[in-house]
Formats: sequence, C-alpha cells, structure tokens
Amino acid sequence: MPSQLPFTETLIHVADQAYFLKSFFRNLFKKGFEWDELFRQLYVIGYRSIGIVALTGFILGVVLTLQSIPSFKDFGAEGYIPGMVSVSVIREIGPVIIALICAGKIASSIGAELGSMSVTEQIDAMEVSGANPVQFLVVTRIVACTIMIPLLTIFADAMALVGSFVANTTSNGITSQLFFSKAINILDFTDLVPAFIKTIFFGFAIGFIGCFKGFSANGGTASVGTAANSAVVTASIWIIIIDAIVVQVSNSLLYS
Amino acid sequence: MEIEKVIEIEGLKKSFGEKTVLDGMSLFVNKGENVVILGKSGTGKSVTIKCIAGLLTQDEGSLRVFGEEVKDMNGEQLKALRNRIGFLFQSAALYDSMTVRENLAFPLKRVAQLKDKEQIESLCVEVLQAVGLEDAIDKMPADLSGGMRKRMGLARTLILKPEIILYDEPTTGLDTITSKEISRLILDMQERYQTTAIIITHDMSCAKITSDKVMVMNDGKCVAEGSYEELENSTDHFIQSFFK
Repeated sequence: MPSQLPFTETLIHVADQAYFLKSFFRNLFKKGFEWDELFRQLYVIGYRSIGIVALTGFILGVVLTLQSIPSFKDFGAEGYIPGMVSVSVIREIGPVIIALICAGKIASSIGAELGSMSVTEQIDAMEVSGANPVQFLVVTRIVACTIMIPLLTIFADAMALVGSFVANTTSNGITSQLFFSKAINILDFTDLVPAFIKTIFFGFAIGFIGCFKGFSANGGTASVGTAANSAVVTASIWIIIIDAIVVQVSNSLLYS
Repeated sequence: MEIEKVIEIEGLKKSFGEKTVLDGMSLFVNKGENVVILGKSGTGKSVTIKCIAGLLTQDEGSLRVFGEEVKDMNGEQLKALRNRIGFLFQSAALYDSMTVRENLAFPLKRVAQLKDKEQIESLCVEVLQAVGLEDAIDKMPADLSGGMRKRMGLARTLILKPEIILYDEPTTGLDTITSKEISRLILDMQERYQTTAIIITHDMSCAKITSDKVMVMNDGKCVAEGSYEELENSTDHFIQSFFK
C-alpha cells in the first residue's frame, strides 16, 4: 500500500482525535455512568501517585531554595526566598513538573493497559457483548485524571514549600512561622486560580492522550510499547502547549 | 415448513487499503445450524464474522442477520443485535484485570441490566457448571490454562443466552484431548441452548464433530459447500488439501 503524504496522515490523525473527543463527551453524559470504575481509577491514578509526587515536590523545594541562597545572599535578600519559591512553584514549576511526571507515569500506564486490551481483542469483546467500552474504559480514566492531577499538584506544591522550609531553616535558621507567613502572604488570586485551572487541562490532556493512544494500538504487542511511548511524548508536548496558552490567556485577562 | 435463515450474506466485499479481503462472499445459515468455515489464513474468515457482529462494515454487498441489514443499523439497533449474538474470540479475550466472576457479571450488569447480586451469582454459577469450570469462579484469567480460558470465554459468551454464536478458531493452541473436549462442548451448547453457530477452524477434528455444514473459503469467497462427508469425498484438489 503506498504510504500517504505526511500532511494527509496528520489530518487523518487530527480527525481521529476529534472523533475520539466527541465520543468521550457523548458518553460522559450518557445514562449508566460507571461510578465503581471511576472510584477505582481515582485510587489507581491518585493514591498510587502520591509517593512520587511528594518526593518530587519536596526535592523541588529543597533544590530551588539551595540554588537561590548564594545569589540572594549577594544582595542581602535571603528574606525574599520563601516568597520567591512559593510564587515560582505554585504559578509555574509545580504544575508543569508534576504534570510531566504524571504524563510519564499515568499516560504511559493508560496507553499500555488499553493498548494491551485492544491487541488482545478485549475491547472488541466488550463492544460485541453490547457493553460500552468508551463509557467503561475511557470516560472513567479521563475524568479520574482531570480530578486527580489538580489535587496531586496542590499536594506537591505543599511538599515543595515544606522542602524549601527545611533547606531554608538548615541554612538560615528561619522559623516555620516566619517562613510560611512570608510564603503564603505573597500569594494572591492571580497566582492561585490560573495555576489551578491549567492543572485541570493538564489532567484532561494526560487522560485523553493515554486513552486515545491505547485505543489506537492495533499492530500486535509491539504497538503496545509504541502506544505507551507515544502517550508520554504527546501528553508532554500538550502540557507545554497548554501551559503557553493558559499563560497568554490569563495575562491578557488579569493584567491587561 | 420453510427453514428460517438467520444469517444471509450475498456478494460481500471488504478491503483494507489496497488489499481486498472479501471478494463477493456469500453464505446462508439456517436457524439451529452449525456452519464450519475452512480456509487458508488471510482468506477473510475472521473478517466475515466481524462483519456479522458489526465490528467491521462491508464495502459492498448485503449482510442480513435476523432479516435486518447490519450496515443500516443505528447504534441502538446494533446494540440490540449484539445482545442476540455471542462471539468467542481466538484468544478468548478475557478481561484480565477482573476475576472469572467479574468477567461473567460484566455483561449481566451492563447489557442485561441486572442489579440483584444473588441472581447474578446464580447465573454465573449456572454457566460455569455448563462448561465445567465451577471451581474457577474466584480465579484471575492469568491463573487459567489455555483450555480453561476457552471454556471461560464460552461461558461469558453464553451468559446472555445468545441465539447465534460466532467461534473464531475455538481450538487453536490446544492439545488434541482438550480440542476434542471444546468441540464436544460446542455441540453440547447447540443442543442445550438451540444456538446457531459459525465456527472458524483449521482443526479438522473440530470441524467433523461440530459441523452440520462445512464451507470452504478461498481468496475472499466461498468455493465449496456441503456436509463434512461430501467435502471429504470431493475430488477437487484444493478441497482435498484440507482433509489430508
């Protein structure tokens, strides 16, 4: 079969994703929502990611603080470190790093699981039995990601502040009361809300890309690995693109 | 009395890109009949039964199941049709994250809309007894042997009491003794539940045990049809090659 032009292939791929998106929304509001499976996915996606997210957040706070101390000391501005860490972690670094970690852990896992179900005809078996595989497998996973990624990010942000406090108090002897009052008082609505909103989109993108890549796997066991790998790469790219879009939109809405 | 035709396929064509898989396939299956399809790999056998189940749509030709054209069905009609059809996949396609009980309860809760736990449990036990697997109810699919997986797949197919069962190579990968057990089980299901079946197989022992009618496919179409004995005695070289 002659291979199609790259442009045509890209258009077909975009059309497939649009169709999959439509299928998700159509099934999201259909009767018979799979609540049990949603709670199972909330546990799998959320609870089982807490360890890696906590560790990443804590080390992020420690490293950011330790790297900032020499430069801030040169200007006698060590007192600004809690505020600097707080704003940079909550506005940008926390959401993006945690989303990228989750793309690696969750999107790949969903891509591999659904890919494996697809090549072993389990999805066909669900469909031919009259059950709805999109409602059971796709809707629950995307909704669970959309709920859990923002919550995991909030938890990671808190762990980053704890990490920053530990690094700060070891180096500068700052008290917890002073550290957290400086770290929290500097934050306002424009720091918290856009950052939280973008994590919702990150979560949706991670779940959606993982499911789409898994459902698209159809070339034997090799395609399961390809689906997992492609899910991570595509979800990571989407996270960066969404981040850029949300910054532009929030800047134009909040600072214009 | 006229015999009811439950599957009527005429001039079915299906291509994947440049490759033509079905090229004018025709087949008629009467109610309560076991039809075995023989043919080389890649000749369109699995594509035919996937078209019957509505998993694939033909490019040309007519495919009627229970008198209704499958390609003209909307989502709800297709769902209703699938409630009357069972499909046993070559790999059994068990949901590997669920236990045997959960595999069986899955279509009962979602398709038959059953809520009563006791009723679900008794139906699960009933089909497991029918396939001789009542002790495996709490096992995971990974803990089952090849033959047990096929039985389990058959149990999940039977649980919704389908009128038509499509078997995709039900004995592939099994030893001779287990293959014969599965073949007898297929025959037993036909007698017990009065099902109509299409059985794709390369296993001539399975074909001999289960068939009321045998059909031979080549290059995407039916090239011979008859009883097992008729085809076994055929002088055609190609047909003979299956029986040697």
